[in-house]
Amino acid sequence: MPLLLTEEQSMLRDSARGLISDHAPVAHLRKLRDSRDETGFSRELWATFAEMGFAGLLVPEEHGGSGLGAVEAGVVMEEIGRTLMPSPFLATSVLSAAALTRAGSAAQKSEHLPKIASGKLLAALALDEGAKHRPLHTSLQAVRSGNGFRLNGAKAMVVDGHVADLLLVVARSAGAPGERNGLTLFLVDPKAKGVAIERTIMVDAHNAARISFDNVEVTADHVLGEVDGGAAVLGGVLDLGRGAVASEMVGLSEEVFGRTVAYLKERKQFGKAIGEFQALQHRAAHLYIEIEITRAAVLKALQALDSDPAGATAAVAVAKARAGATATRAVQEGVQMHGGMGMTDQFDIGFFMKRARVCEELLGDANYHAAQLAAMRGY
Amino acid sequence: MADLDTFRRETRAWLEANCPPEMRRPMTSDEDTFWGGRNAKFSSEPQRIWFERMRDKGWTVPHWPTEYGGGGLDGEEAKIVRQEMAAIGARAPITSFGISMLGPALLKYGTEAQKREHLPKITAGLIRWCQGYSEPNAGSDLASLQTRAESDGDDYIINGQKIWTSYANYADWIFCLVRTDPAAKKHDGISFILFDMTSKGVSTKPILLISGRSPFCETFFDNVRVPKANVVGTVNRGWDVAKYLLQHERAMISGMGERGGSRPLGQVAADSIGSDAQGRLDDALLRADIATFDVDEAALAAAAERMVDLAKAGQGHPAFSSAMKYYGTELNKRRHELLMSSGGIDALEWESERSHEGARPRAWLRTKANSIEGGTSEVMLGIVAKRILDLPGA
Ligand SMILES: Cc1cc2nc3c(=O)[nH]c(=O)nc-3n(C[C@H](O)[C@H](O)[C@H](O)COP(=O)(O)OP(=O)(O)OC[C@H]3O[C@@H](n4cnc5c(N)ncnc54)[C@H](O)[C@@H]3O)c2cc1C
Ligand SMILES: Cc1cc2nc3c(=O)[nH]c(=O)nc-3n(C[C@H](O)[C@H](O)[C@H](O)COP(=O)(O)OP(=O)(O)OC[C@H]3O[C@@H](n4cnc5c(N)ncnc54)[C@H](O)[C@@H]3O)c2cc1C
Repeated sequence: MPLLLTEEQSMLRDSARGLISDHAPVAHLRKLRDSRDETGFSRELWATFAEMGFAGLLVPEEHGGSGLGAVEAGVVMEEIGRTLMPSPFLATSVLSAAALTRAGSAAQKSEHLPKIASGKLLAALALDEGAKHRPLHTSLQAVRSGNGFRLNGAKAMVVDGHVADLLLVVARSAGAPGERNGLTLFLVDPKAKGVAIERTIMVDAHNAARISFDNVEVTADHVLGEVDGGAAVLGGVLDLGRGAVASEMVGLSEEVFGRTVAYLKERKQFGKAIGEFQALQHRAAHLYIEIEITRAAVLKALQALDSDPAGATAAVAVAKARAGATATRAVQEGVQMHGGMGMTDQFDIGFFMKRARVCEELLGDANYHAAQLAAMRGY
Repeated sequence: MADLDTFRRETRAWLEANCPPEMRRPMTSDEDTFWGGRNAKFSSEPQRIWFERMRDKGWTVPHWPTEYGGGGLDGEEAKIVRQEMAAIGARAPITSFGISMLGPALLKYGTEAQKREHLPKITAGLIRWCQGYSEPNAGSDLASLQTRAESDGDDYIINGQKIWTSYANYADWIFCLVRTDPAAKKHDGISFILFDMTSKGVSTKPILLISGRSPFCETFFDNVRVPKANVVGTVNRGWDVAKYLLQHERAMISGMGERGGSRPLGQVAADSIGSDAQGRLDDALLRADIATFDVDEAALAAAAERMVDLAKAGQGHPAFSSAMKYYGTELNKRRHELLMSSGGIDALEWESERSHEGARPRAWLRTKANSIEGGTSEVMLGIVAKRILDLPGA
């Protein structure tokens, strides 16, 4: 398969780009931040997303979705990255939709997936507990009680946790933190007794929550997939999410880079455009090359996720690690080359820097993924 | 699609039956490379068999037209041959500047007579070529070259000096840049010309490299007579041919960083350094460097694949080979720094059978030229800044 978008995928990109650049330029995020908006994103825009088939992009057609794949999800994420649009797309349409599709019972699927596709249900994956992404270190406890379980513990960063209608909670039902065996996924009503949600205002003005679980009762019906066997499903879902976040970072990097190159051509010092100084030209050229190489690595991973999901893990690790390193470089060079302007809140460039920092931590940073690759390669 | 699947199956079976096992092992010394040419020597019987079988199949250059001794394959098929060769670690049957550099330029700019004269001898490995571009005062600023070609009836008389001419002392023919119009602006008076290295007035003098080898020469031209018919492309428009050829040269050099069939770097390191109880390389910082390298190497491989696909779809940027040349060569230097670090004291031996006559340190030193030959890294970044980013004054 050529490492290019197909014609259909290019059309999808164009329609996503049209919608997002019209309705959610960076000013949209700025406004939500400055007004301390309660949801932190636009519900109206999310309804439009659903109408255009984006909310249910990964949802199978028999459940009212578009039944598309990782490459298409990446295409949408990349456009989201260009304008930093806050959107439930990652948490609801990628992570949760994929987990429900892959692990859900017939009843769970027909209950939730159509609502995701129609934009009526927001969902969130509650996974990370510590400062760093370490899925197997999950320690939130699930103890059997009656014909169900009781959950105790806390999650540190649940993307969209403050608005979700449904939480997908990763818990430890057996084994010790660090072990692969013994993870179970639960579908939890955020309004259930014992669930406490604190919205976290983050550096990037996007949305997340800290959530604690104090003796939260769930029935056996609310187990998603196999008891103790959650790691297998979770692995594939997280890889898909990583591919999606890597795509967001490609869009973000390219946008910052485009703005920076435009500034190099426009800003004059010493009687000429600063883009004439070779010290900046070479750094810009280097950054361009990094971005192009990362773009290829990310598309490679997305295609692998569609054609051979189980074999995609190494390609995904490469993509997320590269995307993190590249975005970090792009935003740093972006601010630096804008001089004093880059440091002002009034200028958009800082928004990209903040979002890149969050994306880097989401679902594993560059170090995490490089270390994963080393382990896979046996050293 | 079904046709391609069949083609892949047949290719795999053919390679399986025809590639000798010795030709599937990673190369360890210069001897392992077969260059062809009038004085060509095979270093082993399997090397000869492998070359001849590939030559007879047309697969020394699978994608060139069959009338010139190529395989006549289209882009997809040629990619399959590359992939299947890589899958079994098959060595290139021949390494040749005729294939990687001159051939593409002849196919685009050569006359039919020139193609018929030269291409079949390239695919059959009969003539070995060298590249006469650089001069003592024309390196990065190649277009300031001074080697003169003066008209004399149907011939040119060539005088001047080239430098860094790789393997000039072994080459049969040279493709050379000469100044045919000294009055014109520097890019406008250059021609691209071919001649036999045994012509009267050609002499070479090897230069010793830091790796202890002499792969290149100073090359002198003293009243060398060359027919005007040997000019490729239009007289005084040789710069176009030169640049087009450089794109191919850069693509080739950027590919030198590819690991091919050899073992992952981290395992090579673990062989000499050892691993801890969790199976991790017993040098945490080196492990981190190698892991980051592996990430970048895999990403570069994807970019190389994408570059080919973009070109095929007519969406490639002609200057992108400069981007790949820059990244690929810098990455290859990193690989060899890591290999040296991985080998530690054992990688320092310069003369012994045990060390294959210092293969590792010599290879390490040789890679330092990758970011110089074919245009330096700084020149590549300048090309990207100018031609792709359109930055002012670049
Ligand atoms: C937090 C903060 C506090 C400050 N406080 C003060 C203060 O108290 N008083 C005061 O007077 N100023 C202050 N400044 C201003 C500061 O000194 C300027 O921002 C700085 O000199 C850079 O100028 P510039 O912002 O116009 O960037 P520019 O000069 O436009 O530079 C933009 C980019 O081009 C690069 N560049 C410019 N020229 C060249 C060249 N010849 N070669 C290579 N690259 C080049 C720069 O390095 C930079 O990356 C402050 C700035 C900040 C951010
Ligand atoms: C192993 C090897 C094999 C080679 N084989 C051949 C061959 O077969 N045929 C052939 O014709 N040539 C060959 N070359 C020559 C090669 O193409 C030149 O060495 C190369 O183009 C650089 O020229 P130079 O050595 O004169 O360096 P210079 O041009 O003098 O460069 C010196 C330094 O200055 C930097 N520099 C120069 N200009 C700029 C600028 N504008 N901006 C910023 N930095 C700049 C360079 O990047 C470099 O770091 C070979 C070289 C090597 C090392």
